Amino acid sequence: MVQMGFYINSQLCTGCNACVVACKDKNDLDVGINFRRVYEHTEGGYGKSNQGITQNVQTFFTSISCNHCDEPKCMENCPTTAMYKREEDGVVVIDHDKCVGCRYCEWNCPYGAPQYNEELGKMTKCDTCLDLREAGEEPACVAACPMRAIEFGPIEELREKYGDTADVRGLPSSSITKPNLVINAHKDASK
Amino acid sequence: MSENIIEKIQRKKMKRRSFLKWSGAVAAPAIIGSSTAVSNKLKITAETTDEATEEKVITTCGTLNCGGRCLIKAHLKDGVITHLSTDTKEDTFDLPQLRACVRGRGYRQFFYNPDRLKRPMKRVGKRGEGKFEEISWEEAIDYIAEELTRITEEHGPSCRYSNYASGHSGSIIGAGNMAQKLFGLTGGYLGYHNSYSSAQTSTATPYTYGTTETGSTLNTLSDSKLIILWGHNPVETRFGLTDFYVKKAKENGVKIVVIDPRKSDTAVALADEWIPIAPTTDTAMMDAMMYVIISENLYDKKFVDKHCIGFDEEHMPEDVPEGESLKSYILGEKDGVPKTPEWAEEICKVPAGTIQNLAREYATNKPSALMQGYGPQRQAFGEQFTRGGTILAAITGNVGVRGGWASGQGSINLVTTTPVPKGENPLGELTIPCFLWTDAVVRGTEMGEEDGVKGLPDGQDTLPSNMKVMFNLAGNTLINQHADCNKTAEILQDESLLELIVVSEVFMTPSAKFADILLPSNTFMERWDIGSTWAPSQHAILSEKCIESMYDSKSDYEWLTMLAKKLGVEEEFTEGRSQLDWVKWSIEESRKEDPNFPTFEEFRENGVYQPSVEENTVIAFEKEIKDPDNNKFETPSGKIEIFSKDLWDMDNHEEIPAIPKHVHSWEGPEDPLIEEYPLQLIGWHYKRRCHSSFDNNKWLEEIGPQVLWMNESDASDRNINDGDMVKIFNERGEIQMPVEVTNRMMPGVAAIPQGAWWDPDENGVDQRGNINTLTGYRPSPLAKGNPQHTNLCEIEKL
Repeated sequence: MVQMGFYINSQLCTGCNACVVACKDKNDLDVGINFRRVYEHTEGGYGKSNQGITQNVQTFFTSISCNHCDEPKCMENCPTTAMYKREEDGVVVIDHDKCVGCRYCEWNCPYGAPQYNEELGKMTKCDTCLDLREAGEEPACVAACPMRAIEFGPIEELREKYGDTADVRGLPSSSITKPNLVINAHKDASK
Repeated sequence: MSENIIEKIQRKKMKRRSFLKWSGAVAAPAIIGSSTAVSNKLKITAETTDEATEEKVITTCGTLNCGGRCLIKAHLKDGVITHLSTDTKEDTFDLPQLRACVRGRGYRQFFYNPDRLKRPMKRVGKRGEGKFEEISWEEAIDYIAEELTRITEEHGPSCRYSNYASGHSGSIIGAGNMAQKLFGLTGGYLGYHNSYSSAQTSTATPYTYGTTETGSTLNTLSDSKLIILWGHNPVETRFGLTDFYVKKAKENGVKIVVIDPRKSDTAVALADEWIPIAPTTDTAMMDAMMYVIISENLYDKKFVDKHCIGFDEEHMPEDVPEGESLKSYILGEKDGVPKTPEWAEEICKVPAGTIQNLAREYATNKPSALMQGYGPQRQAFGEQFTRGGTILAAITGNVGVRGGWASGQGSINLVTTTPVPKGENPLGELTIPCFLWTDAVVRGTEMGEEDGVKGLPDGQDTLPSNMKVMFNLAGNTLINQHADCNKTAEILQDESLLELIVVSEVFMTPSAKFADILLPSNTFMERWDIGSTWAPSQHAILSEKCIESMYDSKSDYEWLTMLAKKLGVEEEFTEGRSQLDWVKWSIEESRKEDPNFPTFEEFRENGVYQPSVEENTVIAFEKEIKDPDNNKFETPSGKIEIFSKDLWDMDNHEEIPAIPKHVHSWEGPEDPLIEEYPLQLIGWHYKRRCHSSFDNNKWLEEIGPQVLWMNESDASDRNINDGDMVKIFNERGEIQMPVEVTNRMMPGVAAIPQGAWWDPDENGVDQRGNINTLTGYRPSPLAKGNPQHTNLCEIEKL
């Protein structure tokens, strides 16, 4: 199995949310359901220098979808076994014939990835745009990023290219689920 | 571990009641066309689609006044757009993909929005009440024709006006231009000059360089050593491909500094250093940078001697008294006030040491690019900001060199598209500054040159008539984007002033509510056009018609043709061409100027015309600097005018100085009014809107809610917490909205993202958060432009 994963270059993430809305458009997601989300983190403040104002404000954005983890808590805690990891590429998907919409997966995912769809009464989530990928295209978020800051591919290749950081300020510890995520941390985000 | 960002954002989301209220407003089912019903999710999935139907992909482009002009691919099944994608061609430095931003990605909630205006309507209530009854297109045209004729007979053709607008207007076939063409064919009209975007920089830049074409192609930014983005936020405004090329420069090791009262998204992602500065005081910092550069002999003496006029007393135009040069002013030789970093620090709040360092870095790391945004020129004395930037570029010799930047307006035309001509105005070039249209309604016959009126006929000192007819097509400047909404509403409500207001719109905007006749416009998805990006212009995209006009909507060109027919000038108006014919005509005209411009067939095949920036690199004023004897600047002196004799001769040296100066701004930090209203209030162009377009887009509201930004210390002084409802007020009005307490906003300044739809309650208190509830009418002195980032206010917890 080749485990697939995402690379996020947070250094260049402008927080524009094009990835989020491209995903919504492609998957027809209503307000409140977001397979991909962008989080802003701001710390620091201001000081004085004579009459002037100094600052050490630190801000960065993190764009996160499902990380298709090696140890997905959503799957471990799914009472119906609807949530499963595809053997061929490690992508975590939901069998809607089995899902009863109990939302245990949502409670157990530290990244907030599974999204409850009230209309369906079932959970939904990022499937890495399997249909687009089968047609030889990139996932919608990857093709959308105006900064070209998202990549998708075999996680080993991404780690070789970009290192193995998945722990940045504000994110849950990678030890919980072993996410298939590589982040190039923003200068304000290093732990 | 403390609360992580994921928990924090989810907690915050729950508190935003106004957000839920707003998103609920567009939850009615959408009807696409007349027969295909879909849910409000615009859900078109396998079960509703005939799988035998092939997907069709059409390349098009949003022709709203959006800076990016991205490439949109509409994916259609059975005539319905199921989703959008964007440019997927090979992505290179020379020819980057024209990827859509978040606004472009949310377009389906724009054209398939259930709240679209569907049929023509006539007002039945009081003006502005928003009460209408449906009528037919024929009835609407008859009414407009009769009223137009009656009022013109009574007041003359100069009472007719087609308002500044940039919404669903279009690109080569601008709705407002076409209205002017029709007015021109039937007697004439009052025109306008300037724009709400760039009045001050467009007016001031030519006083330095003789032109607004001061931009270079953006590929040259990678050759800079330092880029200063002064009040420039290309990431959110989507300024052409600027963000892409600044990113490339950053990857190339170029240092990037952002100067802005707010830590913009550009500052977060692209800046090595962010310098917060008090609004309206930018020129004080520029003066102080010049002080460092001059007093430390860091200026480019050879360049200044050869190419500039007005730097020192030895290089001044004739008939100007001594002591008026830049050097004299900066060193305080006449007024006794040297414009030192310490002097500036007190005004602009930037520490003297920071000013000093930046001045040294800019002057000694050549080439460096000082790029000015349009935000700071939208201030009381925005002309000085523009002039200051251009003079900094000039005295450091950063003009005409690759990797430098001339500053100022920054326009460049690598690709020119030919607009449909609007023909002659029988009244000549009679125009007002677009920001003063409310004045022309109230006191037009008193307005003359001192109000910026241009083209008055010989022997006439003022406008012949007050404005009586308003065609407001494709725009929200009728009230929302104009200043002082409450005062504007009063003027519009008075039916003895404007006697006819015709509005075409896609939605029931605040401006649409003031229509006498309200016409439903189609969107760019439903008509042909050509889109070209904001400056620096590097590409054009065929905006192909993808779907039929929805409901009973029409393009402005279509109904204006009906009106032209009624008025007996159809043939002259259309010249026998449909909108598609005009697109083809425009292409052929453009091909006469630029043989590489694609044919219609080629354009349709490729969707885009994007010339190589490497092969067509432009460096502003390169030839003027390399070979000045044969290439003069288009200024009166033929040189870069640090001192402008033309400005000097206007004889208003305090407000319109001949060299760039910091002028104490009304409603700036130096205005005594700050005792009563202690916070400066600015707007910013929000990533989720293009001006006021998309304010009702629920996807975009979710990613960018309408909130006031306020600093932690200002908030705690007022016992305000994140998420609280607050009131923001000054003597012009009041807004009630939620607050986001964030240190991305500097102390002493609050900001409201501009463009939200004005939503007054019965007391005129805006419930949505339109900053223009609090902005004022006073224009800038030289351009008579809109200074809408110049406001003092107070904020209280509700």
